[in-house]
Amino acid sequence: MILHELISYEVLRVIWWLLLGILLVGFAVMDGFDLGAMGLLRATARTDVERRVVINTVGPIWEGNQVWLILGGGAIFAAWPQLYAVSFSGFYLAMFAILAALILRPVAFKFRSKREEPGWRNAWDWVLCLTGLAPALLFGVAVGNVLLGVPFRLGDDMRIWYEGSFFGLLTPFALLCGLVSLFMLLMHGAAWLVFKTEGEVSARAARWGGIAAVLTSVLFVLAGVWIALGGVPGYAITSAIDPAGPSNPAAKTVAVTAGAWLANFGARPVLWLLPALGVLLPLLSLLGMRGRREWLALLSSGAAIACIILTVGAAMFPIILPSSLDPRVSLAVWDSSSSHMTLFIMLVCVLIFMPLILAYTSWVYRILRGKVDPVAIATGEGHSY
Amino acid sequence: MDLDIVDLSRLQFAITALYHFLFVPLTLGLSVLIAIMETVYVMTGRTIWRDMTKFWGILFGINFAMGVATGVVMEFQFGMNWSYYSHYVGDIFGAPLAIEGLMAFFLEATFVGLFFFGWDRMTKVQHLTATWLVALGSNFSALWILIANGWMQNPVGAAFNPQTMRMEVTDFFAVLTNPVAQAKFVHTVSAGYVTASLFVLGVSAWYLLKGRHVPLAKRSMTVAASFGLAASLSVVVLGDESGYQSSEHQKMKLAAIEAMWETEPPPASFTAFGFPDREARETHYAVHIPWVMGLIGTRSLTQEIPGINQLVDDAEGYIRDGIDAYDALQAIRAAKTDAEIPAEARQRFEDKGARMGYALLLMRYVDDPRHATDEQIRQAAMDSVPPVGPLFWTFRIMVGLGVFFVLLTATFFVLSARHRLDAHPWLLKVAVWSIPLPWIAVECGWIVAEVGRQPWVIEGVLPTAMAVSNLGAGTLLLTIAGFVLIYTVLFVIEMKLMLKAIRKGPPHVSEPHLSFYQPMIDKLARTR
Repeated sequence: MILHELISYEVLRVIWWLLLGILLVGFAVMDGFDLGAMGLLRATARTDVERRVVINTVGPIWEGNQVWLILGGGAIFAAWPQLYAVSFSGFYLAMFAILAALILRPVAFKFRSKREEPGWRNAWDWVLCLTGLAPALLFGVAVGNVLLGVPFRLGDDMRIWYEGSFFGLLTPFALLCGLVSLFMLLMHGAAWLVFKTEGEVSARAARWGGIAAVLTSVLFVLAGVWIALGGVPGYAITSAIDPAGPSNPAAKTVAVTAGAWLANFGARPVLWLLPALGVLLPLLSLLGMRGRREWLALLSSGAAIACIILTVGAAMFPIILPSSLDPRVSLAVWDSSSSHMTLFIMLVCVLIFMPLILAYTSWVYRILRGKVDPVAIATGEGHSY
Repeated sequence: MDLDIVDLSRLQFAITALYHFLFVPLTLGLSVLIAIMETVYVMTGRTIWRDMTKFWGILFGINFAMGVATGVVMEFQFGMNWSYYSHYVGDIFGAPLAIEGLMAFFLEATFVGLFFFGWDRMTKVQHLTATWLVALGSNFSALWILIANGWMQNPVGAAFNPQTMRMEVTDFFAVLTNPVAQAKFVHTVSAGYVTASLFVLGVSAWYLLKGRHVPLAKRSMTVAASFGLAASLSVVVLGDESGYQSSEHQKMKLAAIEAMWETEPPPASFTAFGFPDREARETHYAVHIPWVMGLIGTRSLTQEIPGINQLVDDAEGYIRDGIDAYDALQAIRAAKTDAEIPAEARQRFEDKGARMGYALLLMRYVDDPRHATDEQIRQAAMDSVPPVGPLFWTFRIMVGLGVFFVLLTATFFVLSARHRLDAHPWLLKVAVWSIPLPWIAVECGWIVAEVGRQPWVIEGVLPTAMAVSNLGAGTLLLTIAGFVLIYTVLFVIEMKLMLKAIRKGPPHVSEPHLSFYQPMIDKLARTR
């Protein structure tokens, strides 16, 4: 079988690095609004009918949205096995916390409506709220730690030794990144609620969304300044490396220097567009929410999320997961991917299924278009939660 | 490497997988049953079939939420608890998981929302399409996860790459068409259909006994009995196919399930009953049925099925080959460039590399397999025997229940054909009490498949003990406790909600929420 040699190993690795970014953006944009909307559940909705309106804005679609995360996990496993192995086992307890949230979330959606006692519903409202907030924060903390470098090394047999702890993850810079992530998803969730609801709920969402948008911009700038002032040193490959060589992360040398995370922007100034838009788009979303330009608010908050995530990718390329313990074994685009054949097969699968997924997802959103109607919710006519 | 971490990691995986597998079979089967009911509704226009679809849909929804919740854990756990495994085989094993996401999860999860919320927003045919796509999605997901699992049992189409220290795919088509995966897929999916059929049959039987929702219950029973009969026949036939595949690809698993210590002259006898004793290497009070084992395992009268003792002797030879391969691998890896690799080492690795996994069985006893003593090699060979007793019994429970399911569904199929479903109340009681049995059978099936694979995580390639992440025992205990706590609480709530929904019956009969919301509706109407 030589079909896979149609595309060179080097190019496939770059494509899969881009796909990794696209999947993360896909997850943050698609699942982001339902995590964010649930995070704002108690702040935007007071009565049970209002709460049900908010829940039903995402009721029929959050399940499909969450598959972006599951696909992200599967795609990292298939295309970047070392990244999957190091990050999932290294961030073990943080992962467990995220899993606990992801276990409780589906049942909270389903179970809440099954009984009518206010105590029962209040409890599940809290679960929905916290399981929206916790992953939003933790994913950002994880990205912060990736920028800082992760304390792992590799044995001769490529066995992973991780020497960090859960509380070691909670450094000031990582928490700052966590807050950026939290507020950007809250902004996105608010934009979604403005888009899907009317009246009081929508007005409250616009107010909260505005605050979240401003905080997203400000904290994102702060994180950038922190890096620019040398507070977070970057990683750069210093030895020659064969971009089409076998995936062995131990065969290179890596230097840790202040400012290295900005080197790519220096070399290609056009990349500055990403962080610039990451700062400006949240403010545009704010204007959209305030001015009731619902499409503008939603699209610009989604685009803001994409730009913020892609800024991290652009800063780090070609490093994917730096090792603070042994920088030499930092995982890079050129030495931690799957084999040439696997990358090719998986690309073919993505090219076949991704257009189908996008097509039927848009069909479903079209069927469910329009504002959520409180009267229909209250009378149970819409078969809702 | 600490053995405790291996045991704890296995315990956590077993808990979370067995728990997840409480919900999967019902989702698989109920999605199809519901789609069949809705098809009848769309074709005949009789609203009772729509009520049936909606009623079983409520129970499906509660179960589905639990399946989704516990499924994410499974996908993340490979990286979290089995990081060396993820590195070692991610190149092959990751692909079906990613394809599962692309092809199955998106389909299932996107359309399940429409199934519940789209009744008033779509035409009948559109809604029916959504329902079938949910069923298709959940069955596709079984296909891909069993292709992944089938590869763990029979790792075809892959080779070890000394430069990257991992298995890499050489023939993806072979991974897809793996005969073990094919047999497992149909067997498992059929088991899901049986589970759902017996669930629908049992709940409907309860309604008949109580004289409630009789038209709905009778129609549900007819669908469940016919579908269940076909499915349970398929489970038995494909179970036999799985056994046949084992005799070819996993001889040790087969021998352990049968507690067959010595190789018998063909055709071997089947041990229907007995108490396997691993220490003494014999089965006490064994009741043998002549010929049956040979016929099932080899489908011939002349082929031999090797016994455990012979397979241990074989394993000892493989371990020695594996040590040779391991030695050659070290020589290959010591070379700085391709040209420096000694031709002799390259040749030796080519010849014996396929047995290298057996050398890794020694890692429990020595850091470098090349320094193992004869006694350690003997011990590692003994380790290649999975726990015989548990396998022997879980297998027999599973098979016994499978035969019972055929009889039960056949009985109700006949009763339904004669319009005499409520003629024998004691049979209805049997159906009610049979509701939990498929779950016992499928959990036993999981144990046979996965415990039977021990000590390997990838048969013949990677021992389970090597595959774990280097986590602290305290960390693992913490997460095990966390999972047990969350899962227990959710299980109690889930059971209560299920029972409540069953007691309440089809929703159109009583709609208390309308009156509950009446004051709010009035208020909303006034403010508008």
